[in-house]
Amino acid sequence: MKINKLALTFIASTVVLTGCASTDEKDASLLDTDVKTAQEALITSGLNNNAVSGEQFMTQGLSQSELNANAMNNGVSSLGAEFSDPANPLSKQTIYFKHDSSQIQQDFISVIAAHAQYLATNPGQRVILEGHTDELGSREYNIALGEQRAKSVFSILRSQGVSGQQLEVVSYGEEKPASEGVGEASWQLNRRVEITYQVQ
Amino acid sequence: MISILLRRFFLISLAVLFSPVAQSELIIEITKGTEAAVPLAVVPFGYSGSTATSPVNLSSIISADLTRSGLFKALRERDMLTKPTTANKVNYRNWQALGQDYLIVGSVNEVMGKYQIQFQMLDVFKRESLLGYRLTVKKNELRKTAHHISDLVYEKLTGKKSDFSSRIAYITTTKAGVNKRKLYKLLIADADGFNPRAIASSWEPLMSPSWSPDGNKIVYVSFENKRSAIYIQKLSDGKRSKIASYKGINGAPSFSPDGSKLALTLSKDGSPDIFVLNLKNKRLLKLTKSFAIDTEPSWSPDGKSIVYTSNRGGKPQLYLIPSQGGRSSRLTFDGDYNARGQFSSDGKSIVMVHANRGDYRIAIMDMATHTLNVLTAGRYDESPSFSANGDMVLYSSKKAGRSVLSAVSADGRMHQSFTFDSGNVREPSWSH
Repeated sequence: MKINKLALTFIASTVVLTGCASTDEKDASLLDTDVKTAQEALITSGLNNNAVSGEQFMTQGLSQSELNANAMNNGVSSLGAEFSDPANPLSKQTIYFKHDSSQIQQDFISVIAAHAQYLATNPGQRVILEGHTDELGSREYNIALGEQRAKSVFSILRSQGVSGQQLEVVSYGEEKPASEGVGEASWQLNRRVEITYQVQ
Repeated sequence: MISILLRRFFLISLAVLFSPVAQSELIIEITKGTEAAVPLAVVPFGYSGSTATSPVNLSSIISADLTRSGLFKALRERDMLTKPTTANKVNYRNWQALGQDYLIVGSVNEVMGKYQIQFQMLDVFKRESLLGYRLTVKKNELRKTAHHISDLVYEKLTGKKSDFSSRIAYITTTKAGVNKRKLYKLLIADADGFNPRAIASSWEPLMSPSWSPDGNKIVYVSFENKRSAIYIQKLSDGKRSKIASYKGINGAPSFSPDGSKLALTLSKDGSPDIFVLNLKNKRLLKLTKSFAIDTEPSWSPDGKSIVYTSNRGGKPQLYLIPSQGGRSSRLTFDGDYNARGQFSSDGKSIVMVHANRGDYRIAIMDMATHTLNVLTAGRYDESPSFSANGDMVLYSSKKAGRSVLSAVSADGRMHQSFTFDSGNVREPSWSH
């Protein structure tokens, strides 16, 4: 059985348009909020009531290009040439993991050590350790797993002389995959910790 | 009794408003029906009024509701021999010949913008009326009224509470803007997928929406400040308050059955642990203290215990702990992955994500026997949420590389898919 909602949506819109006049004052203000949400499709209805002013949540006030520009600035552009030299382990800023594991694999120990050395000699430099997982399993469990992965990297960096002040751990679980595909080839790219250097 | 019901009915109807926001179209398709469904016919309602046809087709909404429950099979309109709109016009033999057990007839009369609705449910074999109501509603209440008629019919025939007037919340992601960035939205919609509207949008992840028991608020996780925080948002005015933004994980929020507390996951002390936050005095009680992952808390309907996921035994499994604090006991032993447990409203079963050898499926465990019934055949099924009466489980699955919403009856016999025209849809949560 198929129920196509197109016609019904149309009916509902007409209902509301004609229904406004007959609603009482309280109801009318509610409808008003909803209408605003419709017009500014990217904004929470709550933002109209300045309940959350000062937070990054709203897209109100910031244009798409400004938002995109903000995102670009988080890159590693201000870092030295060693970060873009493929022969240098510092050019590798992603640590990969096995499924449902937060254990550091042998291959990545030297990469983490290189970052540890750099950070220890540049104590003003801050990094965010972003933990990620593949899409398998439940989402909140994956948030926890991503954090454990980031904390595994955190522990090695700390043990090699990096100050805790330089490090911040955040887990996105499976919410921000590096590869959107379905299957092991994508998943292994997604089970990762990204060492993200912060612009000073 | 009837007057009480009617009054309740009317109050609920009054409280409802339509939102004009048209989001993505949603198509619900029953992908696997059940043989045991009771046949009934909802005859198109008669109409008289200032417009050519009724602004809302009540009978089609009622048919769709009852069919979606999995317990009924509504006769197609084109298979009806006659279309009576009152009980005294019904030729019972016709309907017996069509193999129908029950018949719903009714009419809508519009007078000066008010819609007078009357309907009756008839037993085709006993030739008697089982249910009959007359009520007057405003135009913008017609659709809700159709759901309430479905409620009345369902409750009369099954003796159980129905879900047709409930709502669902879910998360979508779409590519938006010039750079095709991923935009996260939290939406709510009627239980039949109608009337979806976004209550929050962000370029950073939105996660784990869950309803307050009174259905007036949604709690969810937002990464809008590049780190997780938990917010409670009122649906009436969209106002929200930040509930938790500790260092580390702020996740998996779940209201207690009386709405006074929130169970949540925090990793502020090191590893992720289950906490209970008293929403009135803001006191935080730490429930679990393991070094492993403890997350995804969900309350038993009596509020006395909390089921949660822990990998303290190596793999994720479900555990139970008293909500006031105490010792945890392990609940699941079948399979190498059991996570995101949720109690049914009668407390007799728990729905979960269950995996064996890499296939993630939805399963229900009977709390008395601890036997596991695997309901779905998917490889990537997740985020199960019981409907209010426990008849259906809504969950998210994968179809052609996209996440979609699906539903399965608690006995595993009836399957439905909810298809949107674009984007990924996931983490459904059913209001109770």
